[in-house]
Amino acid sequence: MNAAYLQLQYIYQICNDCVILIAVPRNYDPVLHPFEVPREYTRALNATKLERVFAKPFLSSLDGHRDGVNCMAKHPKSLSTVLSGACDGEVKIWNLTKRQCIRTLQAHEGFVRGMCARFCGTSFFTVGDDKTVKQWKMESPEYGEEEEPIHTILGKTVYTGIDHHWKEAVFATCGHQVDIWDEQRTSPMCSLTWGFDSISSVKFNPIETYLLGSCASDRNIVLYDMRQSTPLKKVILKMRTNTLCWNPMEAFIFTAANEDYNLYTFDMRFLASPVMVHMDHVSAVLDVDYSPTGKEFVSASFDKSIRIFPVDKGHSREIYYTKRMQHVITVKWTSDNKYVLCGSDEMNIRLWKANASEKLGVLAPREKAAMNYNQKLKEKFQYHPQIKRIARHRHLPKSIFCQVKEQRIMKEARRRKLQNQHENLQ
Amino acid sequence: ASSQRLRSHLKLVGRQEELAAARAARLDLLLPEEPGFLEADPGEDTCTVSQGDIAAAVDIASAAKHFELRLEQFGPYRLDYTRPGRHLLLGGRRGHVAALDWQTKTLMCEINVMETVTDVAWLHAETMFAVAQRRWLYVYDNQGVELNCLKRFPGVLRMQFLPYHFLLATASETGFLQYLDVSVGKEVAATCTRGGRLAVMAQNPANAVVHLGHSNGTVTLWSPNVKEPLVRMLCHRGAIRALAVDRSGTYMATAGLDRKLQLFDLRTYRPLHALVLPQGAAHLDFSQRGLLAAACADVVQVRPSPSLPRKPYLCHRLPLPAHGLRFCPYEDVLGAGHGAGFTSLLVPGAGEANFDALENNPYRSRKQRQEWEVKALLEKIPAELITLDPTCLDRVDTASMEQKRQEKIQRLGFDPHAKAKFRPRRKAKGGSSAGSLLRRKRKVAHEEQRVRCGSSPPLTPKNLTPHPKKPHPSALGEPKRVRVVR
Repeated sequence: MNAAYLQLQYIYQICNDCVILIAVPRNYDPVLHPFEVPREYTRALNATKLERVFAKPFLSSLDGHRDGVNCMAKHPKSLSTVLSGACDGEVKIWNLTKRQCIRTLQAHEGFVRGMCARFCGTSFFTVGDDKTVKQWKMESPEYGEEEEPIHTILGKTVYTGIDHHWKEAVFATCGHQVDIWDEQRTSPMCSLTWGFDSISSVKFNPIETYLLGSCASDRNIVLYDMRQSTPLKKVILKMRTNTLCWNPMEAFIFTAANEDYNLYTFDMRFLASPVMVHMDHVSAVLDVDYSPTGKEFVSASFDKSIRIFPVDKGHSREIYYTKRMQHVITVKWTSDNKYVLCGSDEMNIRLWKANASEKLGVLAPREKAAMNYNQKLKEKFQYHPQIKRIARHRHLPKSIFCQVKEQRIMKEARRRKLQNQHENLQ
Repeated sequence: ASSQRLRSHLKLVGRQEELAAARAARLDLLLPEEPGFLEADPGEDTCTVSQGDIAAAVDIASAAKHFELRLEQFGPYRLDYTRPGRHLLLGGRRGHVAALDWQTKTLMCEINVMETVTDVAWLHAETMFAVAQRRWLYVYDNQGVELNCLKRFPGVLRMQFLPYHFLLATASETGFLQYLDVSVGKEVAATCTRGGRLAVMAQNPANAVVHLGHSNGTVTLWSPNVKEPLVRMLCHRGAIRALAVDRSGTYMATAGLDRKLQLFDLRTYRPLHALVLPQGAAHLDFSQRGLLAAACADVVQVRPSPSLPRKPYLCHRLPLPAHGLRFCPYEDVLGAGHGAGFTSLLVPGAGEANFDALENNPYRSRKQRQEWEVKALLEKIPAELITLDPTCLDRVDTASMEQKRQEKIQRLGFDPHAKAKFRPRRKAKGGSSAGSLLRRKRKVAHEEQRVRCGSSPPLTPKNLTPHPKKPHPSALGEPKRVRVVR
């Protein structure tokens, strides 16, 4: 056998009679692969640095509203459609792939206080300051037809929020009290109330579909059971809750966005203490929405930023902000777990990536394998100080940075005072 | 609750690692090649088999690997092989430097540097090499073009290239050990070893620690981060003449002026075997499969380690005394540089039969080399991570953990993880008598001690050490002074 032939078998492999591949013989003996841990550490460091280099989450801004965006709703069947309601009563339907508005309708006079899509995706409901509940078709009207709601219900008081049942033809509105309506009737099936103040938002549980939760202005969160037509439980917090959102994967977990800059995740079976307190915002938290995986949620705050929190951690993993984005009123996580939409009071809806350094589009198998490898390396070495420092570094706008520092000093002072009292009492 | 989750997570990770190791070990069945061997007929010894006999018995390609280059003009030759084992670098004392592909015998370059050459070494690939000339250190291209003259490295006697750190370690005649990062071209560390003229140098391939042999019989271990030697071992009664470390980093072979050849275990720093050679070995090298080559004057003897029998496996007489000895990686070949040139010897069973193409591929093309070079530069290990134990990054940093715990206790005023003292509950009807309370207390009396003992391995006669060692707080480990007394 000559040397050239022997060499050839280590260089080329003939597959399928015509395709020539470069041969890569492997030997996994650890003696041949020294410095396993330092090399993996260096690769993890590089992966963390590259993640920060490629972290460009902002995708686009949907322009068109003529007043601040007050509420948003996701289309249950179409990933590329989103509905938004503005403070001048206008409702716009957007196509996210083209990043354009495909339909505009004047829904109410005054604010559009809440909107929700029906579970089948054929129609949606809006409530406004003009004390009406209107149901609209999801399809655009034909040529020559006018924009008319399918159904209008006139109420006696202002409605501040609406949510539709996940399976049945039932929806709930809130305002003075929580009303549960059947779609065919013009008066509510039942009205539930527990407390003396107005209710700001109501949400149906996506898994145990007969449960609803509501947030009232007298600082409480009330859970209702639709089957018994009674309120179930109540928890009173220190400050008012703006909205709550149920975890789409865990039937009994919900997160409440509170005015005291925190979010509280509760287990509805043990309302005495929250499962987790999420602290990172520096101003009131206005809206919260869960990711479809149920492992993370996004929160919108009055401090002009949105933060993404893991469910089991007390601090955020990501913060998104722009100089142009002012107070963020509403936020949604799209149903394919990839994007986050936020509507702010400067009339823009912004589209962000949920994972800031993710590469969108179809990935080649080698790319996917390399990304999975890098992800695993980052997880393995996440507690090493150098890597942790790079991974959690985020540039904050000056206002938020100063606020964070100030609040840390205040918290430290309170804790020291408490400790001194504790020591001196003993 | 979180510690329960952490414990279960660690158990899961441990199980996954074991599974992965088992699966990788099973892939050994797919290895295409078998290592070589030499078996003598009953009644004969392998050491009486000559190179000519071996060359006649093997195929033409392997027989062509035994050759001799007669270069009598330019002095005794030092040599170096590249890591994949394809290219050879020869440096003669009187200035002759040649780089060639020794398998196809194609000459890459041949120059005379017009100065005394003390040592030659390939850098990370076959594109560049370093020549230690009388005054300074020079770096050349593989075409013989001088790339760099490093005036900060005067009087270099020996060089070792640390491939995963891209560091060139040089030992000079004034006792300085200097490290040069060849990827950025900066001197990383310069240590005054205070050990005199450093003419004996080796590297431990498993942890990139440099071993230096001194004239008082000691071997010192160095890392670029520490100004003192990490370990100092007394190995021989006279000066150290030669030093070699095997590729797994477990054995070190030393040869001294007292004509002894010692084999040390590098995990315990204790001697394993000693052999008296009539002439004493001037050069030592370990092959990939654990064969130890020793050059005693002009005779090269190859012995299997760690057993080191009296009778060598192979023997060969060179025309003049040897000045350089290196096994070729992934080939059953031993290169010896001597006063009359270079000889390539066949040693069946020396080289690793199955290479890993993603680490070192002897058959790589130019494109593959370029891709490999980029990847290697990206995962270049920083010099700060060179320690005696390469896996120390994997361990929990107990010192910092303790410090953080103390700080937390100070800040909070109490210890949040402290367990409350066990108070036995009051039981009805005679269960609360003094005796039964004492009995219940005794059950959990030594819980802490039991937890500590449960986490350490069981004491078997092998594990019994006289002084259980506490891990040193610094990651690099305390410089150990081990006196090896025989």
